Amino acid sequence: MNLNNDKGSMSTASSSVTVSDQFPAGLRVLVVDDDPTCLRILEKMLGTCLYEVTKCNRAEIALDMLRTNKNGYDIVISDVHMPDMDGFKLLEQVGLEMDLPVIMMSADDSKQVVMKGVTHGACDYLIKPVRIEALKNIWQHVVRKRKNEWKDLEQSGSVEEGDRQPKPSEEADYSSSANEGNWRTSKRRKDEEEEMEERDDTSTLKKPRVVWSVELHQQFVSAVNQLGIDKAVPKKILELMNVPGLTRENVASHLQKYRLYLRRLSGVSPHQGNSFISSHSQEPPYGSLSSLSGLDFQTLAATGQIPAQSLATLQAAGLARSAAKPGLPMPLVDQRNIFSFDNQKLRFGEGQPQHMSSGKQMNLLHGIPTTMDSKQLVNLHHSAQSLGSLNMQASAHGNPSGQSSPLLMQMAQPQSRGQILTETSGGQVPRLPTSVGHPILSNGAAGAMLARNGIGENSRGTGYNSVSQTSSVLNFPLNHSAELPGNSFPLGSTPGISAGMSTLTTKGGFQEEINSDIKGSGGFMPSYDIFNDLQQHKPHNWELQNVGFAFDASQHSNSLQASVDVTPSVLVNQGYSSSPRNVQNSNVSAMGKPIFSVGEGSEHGNALNVGQHLNSLLVDNSTRVKSERVTDTSCQPTLLPQHFGQEDLMSAILKQQDGLGPAENDFEFDGYSLDNIPV
Amino acid sequence: MERNQQLRRQLASMRQSLFDQGHLDEQFILLEELQDDANPNFVEEVVTLHYRDSARLITTIERALEKSPLDFNKLDGYMHQFKGSSTSIGAQKVKAESTQLENIARQEMEKAQLHLLELMHSFQVKTLSKNNNNLICMNPSRCMKTFQLLKRDYATLRRKLEAYFQLARQAGPNEIACRPK
Repeated sequence: MNLNNDKGSMSTASSSVTVSDQFPAGLRVLVVDDDPTCLRILEKMLGTCLYEVTKCNRAEIALDMLRTNKNGYDIVISDVHMPDMDGFKLLEQVGLEMDLPVIMMSADDSKQVVMKGVTHGACDYLIKPVRIEALKNIWQHVVRKRKNEWKDLEQSGSVEEGDRQPKPSEEADYSSSANEGNWRTSKRRKDEEEEMEERDDTSTLKKPRVVWSVELHQQFVSAVNQLGIDKAVPKKILELMNVPGLTRENVASHLQKYRLYLRRLSGVSPHQGNSFISSHSQEPPYGSLSSLSGLDFQTLAATGQIPAQSLATLQAAGLARSAAKPGLPMPLVDQRNIFSFDNQKLRFGEGQPQHMSSGKQMNLLHGIPTTMDSKQLVNLHHSAQSLGSLNMQASAHGNPSGQSSPLLMQMAQPQSRGQILTETSGGQVPRLPTSVGHPILSNGAAGAMLARNGIGENSRGTGYNSVSQTSSVLNFPLNHSAELPGNSFPLGSTPGISAGMSTLTTKGGFQEEINSDIKGSGGFMPSYDIFNDLQQHKPHNWELQNVGFAFDASQHSNSLQASVDVTPSVLVNQGYSSSPRNVQNSNVSAMGKPIFSVGEGSEHGNALNVGQHLNSLLVDNSTRVKSERVTDTSCQPTLLPQHFGQEDLMSAILKQQDGLGPAENDFEFDGYSLDNIPV
Repeated sequence: MERNQQLRRQLASMRQSLFDQGHLDEQFILLEELQDDANPNFVEEVVTLHYRDSARLITTIERALEKSPLDFNKLDGYMHQFKGSSTSIGAQKVKAESTQLENIARQEMEKAQLHLLELMHSFQVKTLSKNNNNLICMNPSRCMKTFQLLKRDYATLRRKLEAYFQLARQAGPNEIACRPK
């Protein structure tokens, strides 16, 4: 983050939002106008206001200046009519890439033009000739924007209560049209996530902050798993971790965040801010089949201002950073991979560590006076360009199998926000949002964040928590930069999951959810290999395990197509769309059972298998599953492919019950074979 | 001293007449207010910038108006630009005339589009031309007339301001700073 300190005013180095006494003096303004007369006058006026002015007569040059000096400006003032680039286009670009407040100005005061400014996101519109009085107050836009970012962070950081409160509303949202609800909740969640992240930073500012690296977090998670989530107390965790220099307080606060994260995954804290997650998780896990896929995108798009780009960036960053482990359980990007068990296995194992690493590096919060976390967010914001690169990196990074990359790549593409969500992961994207929700950990572990996100998501969609580094990465982008900082939790679990999720979703036609589902199933399908993996990976991905299971369950439901066997229980869950996650959780467990009954069957059987697997998993991990995580998974609902309406699912399930198989026919899901899902 | 005072008086009256005749408006005063010790010739600097830039624009507009058919889209763009620049220095009359011309251009464009639609409907025009603004101007004389007015007022103001600033330089910076409210 850049803490620019010119005149101290606008730099937000510290976590606090205080500005120096000189503020707004020193506000760094970039003025863009092709008319030299206007430019000169504005320069003089702004100088009189004691701002630091940079003038530019070409939009392209202005963009270059903004890009090369990312944190060098606080606000941009641009003319509407310019020969080389339309002012609105510049406005959009700046908003996407740098997320700076932009003021439009023009001699044209017709309503249409002013409205256009509003719709394109201008924070103000000045009519020429511009008066100095109008310029004297432009600092308010900068403060307002920062304040909102802070607020988001604060909110998310604020606590469980904060999380809880929104919940009810979120749930209400669920019941209402899934899409709208999700959007809002996810947005809220995302905000919360962001806030939490911020909050973490601020709260820990007093003491030397501990950077929860991916490795450290994994150690933490394994300690927690060893003790059992219910019995995990900071003191014991600290002992188990045996990390010199780590204090009980560090562990305690991290544990708190982790718990929130888990809660979030289980759908308890919907506001986390991961729009994506919220959309996915929040939405009636199983019921939302139909709308999920579509929803998620919308949500994501909606929630993340920057969504596509930031998400992509985040992911990219996350992935890129994450070391090695592809983490992404399912080929985030490759739909085909979704079903490949290999990937899944990989994912499981890896997920966490990777996430952490990737997470760290992302600086999402651009301009947000947060600490490292914000940086990650910044990255998000800076996405546009970085996305591309990040994606590349991420891709390379995250998936050994190359899966993650695809995911990232997808994510990176700044397609419509919604698209990104869907695209990137196909399923993943949706998952990501979840992660955003808990920025708590973050210190820098972008990976963690990612993981978190991933986890959140993963749990939702795929239980690939561990694997998904990518997922975490994905998560980030989805969530909004703000959220990222905070999410350091999802160590690995999410990424993988996300990946899984995304893959599921990416599957052709199936909206994110489905993909994830598929993945989930895919993952589990492998004749219980996954199960084993999961078992083994427990320590790694606390999420994965739970999520995975839940995920599978949910996934199944989502992917009705394939998993008809998901069964009625699954359906039940789905039907909950509005029901709180928790409910879903219970369903998940319930789901497990029916799944068992379903035979392995055919390809579709994957779903079935998964279901069964899930069942077994669920059964085995009942403790885990029952924990919040389980609920999280159930929340996954998003997994359910939108296209399949409830009726479809129902029929599929019923069919399954009768005799395995039919699912395929119903849902065009042909090859549910794990290995290759024709996407 | 005496000479100087005389100059200042002359300057003040010149200035006042510009306002009285409607050549300049409030914006000019605001520019004067921006002038300070750090930028003692700010107003002159801005005015000079304006005329340098707008001279080119005027020529471009003139050439565009001589074309046939008239490209109203382009004309509209030029006029908008010109208007914005003139507004910045407070050139009232010129601003009004350029607004007029801009409106004419827009009206003509609308007319042309309607005309084109009619033609299309009656199948007299098989292909849809992208540049419908290239249709023949329904009222070319109106455009030209307004433009001529604009050009005249533009030249007048320019001349007067140049004389004003020249005098101001002779009289010294004080004179410019003080202005009747």
